[in-house]
Amino acid sequence: MSMEAEHTTQDQARDMGLSADEFDRICTRLGRIPNLTELGIFSAMWSEHCSYKSSRRWLKTLPTTGDQVIHGPGENAGVVDIGDGMAAVFKIESHNHPSFIEPYQGAATGVGGILRDVFTMGARPVALLNALRFGEADHPLTRHLVSGVVSGVGGYGNCIGIPTIGGETHFDASYNQNILVNAMAVGLARADRIFLSAASGLGNPVIYIGAKTGRDGIHGATMASAEFSEEDMSKRPTVQVGDPLAGKLLMEASLELMASDSVVSIQDMGAAGLTSSSVEMSSKGGMGMEIDLDQVPIREKGMTPYEIMLSESQERMLVVLKPDATERAQAIFDKWDLDFAVIGKVTDTGHLVLTSQDAVVADLPLDPLVNDAPEYDRPYDPPSTPQPADHTSLVQDMALSTALKQMMGSHFLASRRWVYEQYDRHVMADTVIESGGDAALVRVHGTNRGLAVTTDCTQRYVLADPYQGAMQAVAEAYRNITATGAKPLATTNNLNFGNPEKPAIMGQIVGAVKGMGAACSALDVPVVSGNVSLYNETDGNAISPAPVIGMIGVIDDIADTVDIAITDTGLSVYIIGQTAAANDGWLSNSVYAHVIADHDHPDAPPPVDLALEAKHGDLIRHLTKQHLVAAVHDISDGGALVALAEMVMAGQTGADITLSPDQLTHGWAFGEDQGRYLVATSDPTALEAAAAKYGVEIQKIAVTNDRQELKLGDSDIISSTELRGVFEHWLPALMESKPR
Amino acid sequence: MTNVAVISFPGSNCDRDIITAVNHITGTQPTQYWHKETSMEKHDLVILPGGFSFGDYLRCGAIAARSPIMDEVMEHVWRGGFVLGICNGFQILTEAGILPGTLMRNKQLQFVCRDVTLSLHHSQSNAILGQCDDNRQLVIPVAHNEGNYFADPDTLKKITDKEQIALTYTNTGAANYNPNGAINDIAGVTSDNGRVLGMMPHPERKAEAIHGGVDGHYLLTSIIEAAS
Repeated sequence: MSMEAEHTTQDQARDMGLSADEFDRICTRLGRIPNLTELGIFSAMWSEHCSYKSSRRWLKTLPTTGDQVIHGPGENAGVVDIGDGMAAVFKIESHNHPSFIEPYQGAATGVGGILRDVFTMGARPVALLNALRFGEADHPLTRHLVSGVVSGVGGYGNCIGIPTIGGETHFDASYNQNILVNAMAVGLARADRIFLSAASGLGNPVIYIGAKTGRDGIHGATMASAEFSEEDMSKRPTVQVGDPLAGKLLMEASLELMASDSVVSIQDMGAAGLTSSSVEMSSKGGMGMEIDLDQVPIREKGMTPYEIMLSESQERMLVVLKPDATERAQAIFDKWDLDFAVIGKVTDTGHLVLTSQDAVVADLPLDPLVNDAPEYDRPYDPPSTPQPADHTSLVQDMALSTALKQMMGSHFLASRRWVYEQYDRHVMADTVIESGGDAALVRVHGTNRGLAVTTDCTQRYVLADPYQGAMQAVAEAYRNITATGAKPLATTNNLNFGNPEKPAIMGQIVGAVKGMGAACSALDVPVVSGNVSLYNETDGNAISPAPVIGMIGVIDDIADTVDIAITDTGLSVYIIGQTAAANDGWLSNSVYAHVIADHDHPDAPPPVDLALEAKHGDLIRHLTKQHLVAAVHDISDGGALVALAEMVMAGQTGADITLSPDQLTHGWAFGEDQGRYLVATSDPTALEAAAAKYGVEIQKIAVTNDRQELKLGDSDIISSTELRGVFEHWLPALMESKPR
Repeated sequence: MTNVAVISFPGSNCDRDIITAVNHITGTQPTQYWHKETSMEKHDLVILPGGFSFGDYLRCGAIAARSPIMDEVMEHVWRGGFVLGICNGFQILTEAGILPGTLMRNKQLQFVCRDVTLSLHHSQSNAILGQCDDNRQLVIPVAHNEGNYFADPDTLKKITDKEQIALTYTNTGAANYNPNGAINDIAGVTSDNGRVLGMMPHPERKAEAIHGGVDGHYLLTSIIEAAS
């Protein structure tokens, strides 16, 4: 095959997702027309997925620095100092499109991919989380997708042996044809033993490790960068297939290799496989790379250079070794029975040169591949500011307990036990707080330190007001971490939106990034890694925007942690951050408005006050550290009464609400005002003194009882058993129901 | 002091956890063996940990049961040595023919991870259970896809008569007290000499206070003391 033999055309470029302008730009930069392999490499590197061409301009505005940050965006994952010479390495990533086409494999490979991003930096993964969005419950595809995705998430994580301890699952009609599967991994490494991807050392060997390369997932990054249409179901063959055993062996072998003083740099072959790993490693190091494609271990005969370079086969890594380390590395991979091949070397040409059968099949300058991808300043319509719904028209005439029961049994709030019991939450034996409350928390193995982790996003708020909604996602994640007693440290984000070429969608992106930036700055939780998933649209219908926040925090001593369960009686329950005067809370766009008032409308969400969030967070951390509270729960979806119900159900107790009847309004019970927590204490005096010292408003609302019931005023009583019944019923009933 | 060995197969993922739990009890580090090894020193107790040996491909435990190291484990069993198989380790022991019965796919066709309540039986007649008290119920989590214990009627009668059913899921009144549909609620069985125990629940996951309970520590301590 000679390079001149095959000139490509604008039509071929378009099939690969490149516009005519972009094709011309490539030809100009090269000074010639690329061949098919070269065009494929350009299309992958310039895809939205790899180049962030629509979002980069705005992503650059996010806060990414801080004393705690060791490596921000630009590496395989973010790296944050957690003290004692240890670092947390973490990132979230989407696998939305493949999971819709083939839910089990799409979700499983999403988990596998994000794990490789973490262990490729030298970190042992210790926790997995996710954020899942499905269509409405009675949509014909929903149960099939839920079932496949959940077993895929569990299938990979359970087998590789990393606990899946946190996440969220929501249902909304806007995801009927575009589900979201975002997976987050968190790992631990010594802060002075982080491995990066920049290649260096002229002549150093480039090795390929892991599974063989097959034809699966060819051009996955491009698929992730276009709208869906009905025909896309025919794209099933481009979904990658995961092998968690290979993933486990690759993880152990890679960590062993990195501990053996053999590695210069290392990167996993994720989206765009061998293309993105070779291009990024050599360009980051200011070097070049030569690869002999005949040396790449392949699964099937007759694979073309194009297929080898664009395959997204899973469980593969590219490594630049130290000059004398090949034998040592080979021995490690023999032990683990994994493929190991020297496929090339580091050069100083600034070019990626691919050969096959002694002929050059591609020769591309790295600079335009990486730096000349177009950056679009896409036109956008700033979203209009929504008005709050009329409060009085939302409030319905029914007993609080009746409303509470309906809400707890709704798709918004019902228990996700059916999901998380399919995830191994205990492997590694360091799980301190698991799914079902606010953040989850794992012990840093062999120490008393704890790492709190969470994911969050309330998409109905973001749909109504991208700026406030994205701030709220950060604020809620901050509260989740805080509610365990930990200090929030840093953020990763997954921006899930529709087609950015539409000004209204671009307006959502701009608003959300601005809101997220403001909140991450104010709460000192810089964004250290992230992922963008655009074009989540089918036949012109876009998803509700979901800028998912993943956050981690640290606590010095796990003996100071608390969870949401109220297990003792006679405790006083307070709302932290509530004034007695503000008893009629924010119902606009609340779960109450959607479920009880049946008002399904993107009204203004509750506003976020970042200064108050920080102040209230400081008070909660003081209370937990001083052991002044027995349980803490963030107040979010459903409001204060829902939070209290969750706390007593978790602890098998009950509570007498002590407010006067005229204070027991629906707004008080179900308002979703931000910046609030519910705490239970055996020492009200000390708690009130601490709140006064921190200048935080509080309101005492209840005393816990052992009657397993919530008593609201004199006569409105609901048993915890009855409440638990409706809370636990919804999801299993849905999954066991017959197809419609 | 009990001299403990832990065997790792490709895909074992609870080896570190059981090593940590044993270390807390004995104060010493167990000896680790890789599946390819062909010789093993003498040990008081050999533990086959949980995980997904060989990815559960073919059948859970089937490939691991034919690993080189299993010849050594078999010899240890013939000598009357103590063996504990947890979860995938239990599956390997049934596949190797060391324990009776088999473990099938969970009845609900889903992976299950949650706490279960266990009843102990015949601690007196099963040497590996040591000082365990049959009256004590244990709360220990399970995490498996294939924990649905099954044995044919003859085998079932035999292991019942010979008091080899050492652990059952306790009927707490909850509809799903038995997490996988195991016949006769069987969670763990012993060999006919009472020295090999296979169990689906993970005692190493209830081994210290942060796990929310220490019933696993109790069971492991009894086993380790019995084997010394």
